[in-house]
Amino acid sequence: MKGITSYGVYLPRLRLGKQAMAEANAWFDASLKGLAKGERSICNWDEDTITMAVEATTDCLSALTEANVSSLKLASTTLPFLDRQNSVVIAEALSLDRTISTMDFSASQRAATSALINCLESNRNGNQLLVASEHRRTKAGSRAEMLWGDAAAAVAIGDDDVIAQCLSVATHAVDFIDHYRGDGADFDYDWEERWIRDEGFMKIVPAVVESVLDDAGVAAADIKHFILPTDQARAPAALAKRLGINAEAIVENQIASVGVAGAAQPLLLLAKALESALAGDTILLLGFGQGCDAILLRATDKLAQCKPRLGLSAALMRRREEINYNKFLSFNNLVERDIGKRGEADKQTYLSGYNRRKDLLTSFLGGKCRECGTVQIPREKYCVNPECNALDSQDVYSFASQQGTVLTWTADRLTFDWSPPAYFGMVEFDGGGKLMMDFTEVEEGSIDSGSRVSVHFRIRQFDPRRGFRKYFWKAIVED
Amino acid sequence: MASGIKDKVVILGMGCSKFGERWDSSPSDLMVEAFEECLADAGVERNQIEAAWFGAGIDAFNVGSSAMPLSIALRLNYIPVTKVENMCATGTEAFRGAVYAVASGACDIALALGVEKLKDTGYGGLPQRSRGVENDMYWPNLSAPGAFAQLASGYRAKHKVNKDDLKRAMAHVSVKSHANGAKNPKAHLQREITEEQAINAPFIAEPIGLFDCCGVSDGSACAIVTTPEIAKSLGKENLVAVKALQLAVSNGTESSHASWDGSYLKTTRIASQRAYDEAGIRKPKDEITMTEVHDCFSITELVTMEDLQLTEEGAGVKDVLDGTFDAEGSNPCQIDGGLKCFGHPIGASGLRMLYESYLQLQGRAGARQLSDPKMGLNHNLGGFPHQNICSISIVGPYG
Repeated sequence: MKGITSYGVYLPRLRLGKQAMAEANAWFDASLKGLAKGERSICNWDEDTITMAVEATTDCLSALTEANVSSLKLASTTLPFLDRQNSVVIAEALSLDRTISTMDFSASQRAATSALINCLESNRNGNQLLVASEHRRTKAGSRAEMLWGDAAAAVAIGDDDVIAQCLSVATHAVDFIDHYRGDGADFDYDWEERWIRDEGFMKIVPAVVESVLDDAGVAAADIKHFILPTDQARAPAALAKRLGINAEAIVENQIASVGVAGAAQPLLLLAKALESALAGDTILLLGFGQGCDAILLRATDKLAQCKPRLGLSAALMRRREEINYNKFLSFNNLVERDIGKRGEADKQTYLSGYNRRKDLLTSFLGGKCRECGTVQIPREKYCVNPECNALDSQDVYSFASQQGTVLTWTADRLTFDWSPPAYFGMVEFDGGGKLMMDFTEVEEGSIDSGSRVSVHFRIRQFDPRRGFRKYFWKAIVED
Repeated sequence: MASGIKDKVVILGMGCSKFGERWDSSPSDLMVEAFEECLADAGVERNQIEAAWFGAGIDAFNVGSSAMPLSIALRLNYIPVTKVENMCATGTEAFRGAVYAVASGACDIALALGVEKLKDTGYGGLPQRSRGVENDMYWPNLSAPGAFAQLASGYRAKHKVNKDDLKRAMAHVSVKSHANGAKNPKAHLQREITEEQAINAPFIAEPIGLFDCCGVSDGSACAIVTTPEIAKSLGKENLVAVKALQLAVSNGTESSHASWDGSYLKTTRIASQRAYDEAGIRKPKDEITMTEVHDCFSITELVTMEDLQLTEEGAGVKDVLDGTFDAEGSNPCQIDGGLKCFGHPIGASGLRMLYESYLQLQGRAGARQLSDPKMGLNHNLGGFPHQNICSISIVGPYG
């Protein structure tokens, strides 16, 4: 069977302090104070499942010496589009070849593990990319809000340079309704935690685990990394004990630092395990939801060479502390904020025009003039170099992985922005070309002419009237 | 070889409405107010006007498209009327159309009128509007102050100016314009301010604060132009002639090519040099005795002084602080209060500047009359520092 060839992660920089969340809501539910430890990751207003997936996949690709991508699958229960294949948006943002296979996996907390099994069992050549990304909406003041986080993680699956070999897989399909989200519902509806543990985890998981271990001839006690994605703090230990897995093998669910990232949690914890695993370590990855997926992996001696540019430890460190709970409510559309008349402007996207500019808007492609070598964005008919102005002379040139320098900037408090002030300015790219761009994640006083930036896929605008969101690219000042 | 516009056309009369928050005035009311003054000044009848150019900048919040709003408001006699729109250069564009028509001999007497009704949006600042279907998909939501704040950061980086020094010079620009505006009964803002007020006002778009921004106003201004011969035959004296009319429009170089560093206005440098050549001006600093420039923001005025060669590149901060462009300085700027205090109804602004130059050159500027103005330069800048339209008009005594 195939194995994992690379991994990558993305955590939004913003981390909301749980103390602040509990303080805002304890008047209604004092029990939230018991969950007020640490922080959770939250998407900025311009981040969603798709943008996080682009980041995580980029991180995963950074550790592959040869990408050779043959497919891209997205697993999520929070897909921005119900009918517009989300994985294709990600593929175009990454400028992947249009001949690859794409697919969205959804409707279960084990969407990612099922998709992973699908990849491992596939006879497709090359690297199959699988990214899981989750940005779940939760009711204000709920336990879920305290326990969950926003994140994405990606793995590549292939035959060559495998860092974790798949030993066996197993699945049991059981319609156990620990929670659900029906058509048109904004939020999950769940049942009692103790019942989920006793009748769900403890009854469904053991049989699947025994099956996967039997297949591979591996003893439970030999598992070095045990991944049970759950927001139930005690469930992994209880199950490990039942199964005979050492307590030290449990990969902690990061509830107090990131929060449980829904369908992205299995791959996020897999990335965490791979960061610390040694060659020969056995990893048991589970996905629970309407049954259970189990995937047994063994780290190879190639693992040590696999170094994603970001990785989970660095992603955890790269954080901006947020203690304003109202901002979280606003970013997640949980409160009707007075956004001012400038925010009322209609945001209709003219799809034919959008399609014409897709190279620029989604893939961030500009041009390089064959006549004079000038790199430029946007790519127009005539070369922008005043000494050249050649017609139709530009080859496609990607700005998506470029870095640059801030030439001019401001913090605009007049214009509409979901998180004012709106920082934007002229970026000069290292490889040539320049563009007036939005900046996000700016700490006041941290930006000036000369600041270094990298570029990232982001939500540019929402059109709530028509249920559309428009994507483009932004610049982020490098730490 | 083209000979240029110098001394081919003179201003027969001008008019300008009161600028400000004209809540109870429609665009038509404003147009009529400016037109009535202009007709009386010119001493001609409505039916003597043979063609008109109508400038309005922001259709969606204004009069609507086409030239009809002007023809209907003024009850013009089915003459050719052309609508022009070129952002903040709109007023000067209307003037250029009328002047060129007269210079070409196509007509003897032509009208240029600009109007803008900005205060019907329900909020402060310029109206929120589309930049075009494709641009809207990827341009930042930049406001006008946000766009011109870029100029401040570019200028500061290029000339290594200390933040506080630049802010103080910007404050001086605004304090000066408020002092001038206080003497102008038609100005939108007629109250003096202090440097401390300007410096300590809240940021709109860093480093641009509230007092670094011009007024957003309703208003209208117009001109009737003719040939020097006709003006003389009508008994006019002290003729004010057009010496130069130039326009430079960005072609994307500033926004997409490395040759522009964000610290100056390329179009202003190009248009002003062309205008000086057309007017036969060799030493702008000595020959231009008054300027009305596009001080949409204080930083724009400061940088424009350099781009017009009225001070050395990089010397703007010092010259501004030394009072060079104050009413008593060697080269007074915005003697009527400028966009800052007279106000900025976009389509009218270029004509409002001409109105002031015209009054000054004829010695009719009342409390703010300069002692011996010889040549007035008017400058508009439409758009953003990285993509804009610059218009320059120079007027002076005929002959």
